Amino acid sequence: MKENVLLQVHQLSKSFGGVHAIQRVSFHVHDREIVAVIGPNGAGKTTLFNVITGILRPTSGSIVFKGVSVVGKKPFQLAQLGMTRTFQNLQVFGNMTVIENVMVGLHTRLKTGIFSAGFRLPRVSKEEKQTLEQAFACLQQVGIEHLAFEKADILPYGMQRLVELARAAASNPSLILLDEPMAGLNPQESNKLVEVLLEMRSNGMTFLFVEHDMETVMSIADRIIVLDYGKKIAEGSPEKIAQHPDVIKAYLGEEEGI
Amino acid sequence: MDIWNQFVQLLFSGLTVGSIYALVALGFVITYSITGILNLSQGDFAMLGALICISFVNSGFPFIIAILLSIVLVMIIGGLFERSAIHPARYSSTATLIIITIGAAFVFRGIAIFVWGTQPYALRPFTGNDSLQIFGAVIQTQNIWAIGISLVSLAVLYFFFNKTYMGKAVTACVVNPFAARLMGIQPRKMSFGAIVISAGLGALAGIIIAPISGASYDMGVMIGLKAFIAAVIGGLTNAPAAIAGAFIIGILEAFTEGYFSSGYKDAISFGLLLLVLFFMPNGIFAKASGKRV
Amino acid sequence: MGLDVKKIYNGSTKGSLLVAVILLVLPLVFSTNNYLLSTMIMIGFYTIVSTGLTLLMGYAGQISLGQAAFYGIGSYTSAYFTTHFGLSPWLAMIAGAVLAAMVAFVIGIPAFRLREHYLALATLGFGVIVFTFFKEWKEITGGLNGFFGIPPIRLFGITIQTDFQFYYLVWVFALAGILFARNIVRSRVGRALLSIHGSEVAANSLGVNITKYKLQMFMISAVYASIAGSLYAHYVTFINPQLFEMITSIYFLIMVVIGGNGSIWGGLVGATVYVCLGELLKEIVPLFIPNASGEFEIVFFGILLVMMLIYMPNGLSHSISKIVKRLLPDWRQKNESMLVSENENAGSVGGERL
Repeated sequence: MKENVLLQVHQLSKSFGGVHAIQRVSFHVHDREIVAVIGPNGAGKTTLFNVITGILRPTSGSIVFKGVSVVGKKPFQLAQLGMTRTFQNLQVFGNMTVIENVMVGLHTRLKTGIFSAGFRLPRVSKEEKQTLEQAFACLQQVGIEHLAFEKADILPYGMQRLVELARAAASNPSLILLDEPMAGLNPQESNKLVEVLLEMRSNGMTFLFVEHDMETVMSIADRIIVLDYGKKIAEGSPEKIAQHPDVIKAYLGEEEGI
Repeated sequence: MDIWNQFVQLLFSGLTVGSIYALVALGFVITYSITGILNLSQGDFAMLGALICISFVNSGFPFIIAILLSIVLVMIIGGLFERSAIHPARYSSTATLIIITIGAAFVFRGIAIFVWGTQPYALRPFTGNDSLQIFGAVIQTQNIWAIGISLVSLAVLYFFFNKTYMGKAVTACVVNPFAARLMGIQPRKMSFGAIVISAGLGALAGIIIAPISGASYDMGVMIGLKAFIAAVIGGLTNAPAAIAGAFIIGILEAFTEGYFSSGYKDAISFGLLLLVLFFMPNGIFAKASGKRV
Repeated sequence: MGLDVKKIYNGSTKGSLLVAVILLVLPLVFSTNNYLLSTMIMIGFYTIVSTGLTLLMGYAGQISLGQAAFYGIGSYTSAYFTTHFGLSPWLAMIAGAVLAAMVAFVIGIPAFRLREHYLALATLGFGVIVFTFFKEWKEITGGLNGFFGIPPIRLFGITIQTDFQFYYLVWVFALAGILFARNIVRSRVGRALLSIHGSEVAANSLGVNITKYKLQMFMISAVYASIAGSLYAHYVTFINPQLFEMITSIYFLIMVVIGGNGSIWGGLVGATVYVCLGELLKEIVPLFIPNASGEFEIVFFGILLVMMLIYMPNGLSHSISKIVKRLLPDWRQKNESMLVSENENAGSVGGERL
């Protein structure tokens, strides 16, 4: 089913001096798709991610998000445009409660600035209340509202992942990028996360994620993009990828997954 | 010929003061490169070196012995400082560590007041009060000593860091602490070593300049700050650039004082700091390294 | 929904009100003790500066070693405009604040693109440059001879001249400043700042423009210092450049460290402790070291600074607020929504603690 193209990556390359981390990678992500990027270690997945999310500047190529070129935009600008992400090594705000984490997620949707905040204009109090309620609703969507007032860094790993996800989704972005969302999760936590992702997608969310956990990838991805040595070597449905000779060759000899 | 005389005079004056800044700046660079800390008490090592040396000399120690002992003593003080103030806080943020060095600077100054009071002291010049005539200007021999000793020290350290195993080990720690540890080098010991060496450099600088501009409890403040600016000009990690920067600052100050007004001397140097920070934060001599600031 | 936003706000309303009341009642009780009043007035000035600096250091995580320069800009602007142009002290104060904000903007924009500690260097340099101009720009500032004859402030037709009157002026400003800071902290802005502490890369990814917030906090801290400086000028009626030297900036820094840079009360606590310790030292030290001069203060505070950073990096206000909360449980916490589980930690998590 051909939906709108949300993200279009064209001939994207990134080199660090003589090291070509990604070379001329092209693909696109449609609205409401779940697209996975896989590849052996060192294939350039993380670099690709960091270039798309504005942490690194591409050496060449284009990235078009919702029809707008976003090369050179900083991460906070991408968030304003509707692209957020989670982090492989968990970047939860440990110094704040769970619900405050999600309230920060709502940052781009709110308006209070220094002066209105400092003088506590009436709309600020109203905004605070609304923000709290909205954040709570986000936590409910993900199923962890009972932890709302816990300090984020004491939560178990799997819960923190959910916090990050709720936080990234709070502003109702168009696209969420997930950086190895299954990393470090036990089977129950993985299942729970998958459940949440699928539900979010049915509510209209689009996901692009990098992942090593093949089981998850095969089960929830609509389309898979395979990288090896910085180049895209295959793209297609899970079934097609599972039998693709180049993909199998790339992974041959490598100890994989679960 | 007067203009020319004055020019040469100021030039040597600038080179002298620049060589002091160079030694202290090198201390900054070493400390920052190895530990990532901006040691704002660096200048006070110069002050301690000068005052301690004066005390030794006044107590009758032979001149050379006094100098060497003072340097060693200041290095010991530096080591104590590292162990008692830096090491316990090594996991704190950079900001905290910088403030700690500010506190240490105060302590050094306070101890100096306690021991030596607030009046200025004099150290006799190394080889007496003779002067030379260079290009028609009258240059004190002490200035020559200052410039000469600095250059020799800098050369020795260059040799150390680039040609000896120990030196390269230290460099390795800066570039990749993890790999260095795998090779059996200990970054923690390096932190201690870095500060001790910087303290020694600072002490030497103070001793050299004392015969020219005297010594007092607060001489370290401006020396430290100016040397600091020199280090920033070198991007904080590039030693040769920092040394060049130090000489630039010294000469700039001398000329400002000579041709313009001494009141603005400090402002010029700090203005230079701001310029460099804002337009060339990686230092004047930095190539585009691809690394973001 | 019934969720109470107060659940995430740290700090005790009752405690805050109590402090405010004590401060406002103090002069009525001690109206004849001029020493106490004038000391409290100084604490008031320092509180304003330190509260601004606390916002910068504690919430934006930046070090400024040049607050004295902004303090001086406020003082000299007020002095100059009221004396040479006959401008109302209030307008002059606003002029000083605007000037301070602009200067902070100019310095801050490039500084915040640099490495974290570069603001410390830039403010250090800037502080020295401003001090040099105070010294050398004799036509405007009077140079080292100082600036005489600064007129007093008039409010509602009353000329504020006695310590009693000035006390209220300063402390109304100080409390207003703390309130303003508190409001910032308890808003989207405060959370954004905290998130920068938590994880800069995550905050960035969520739309927080880190540079903008750091810059804004720097400008706010400059305005706070400038306003305090303006008030100070009208209090002492004579100012000279030595008041705004680098060491003063360091003392402001020390106040924030003592007070604790994670709480809006940090400025007040730090200023109070600093001034009290200073007075104490002046009394005690001469008993032990007969001919000691004022510099022993420097040593003491230097050691204190280092000790606090190593052993008590959260400062005093953190410990004090914990005690206050235990003694005065906030009545709001009793009105909890049933949707939210009872959680012992709820009152003390998040918010101002770093």
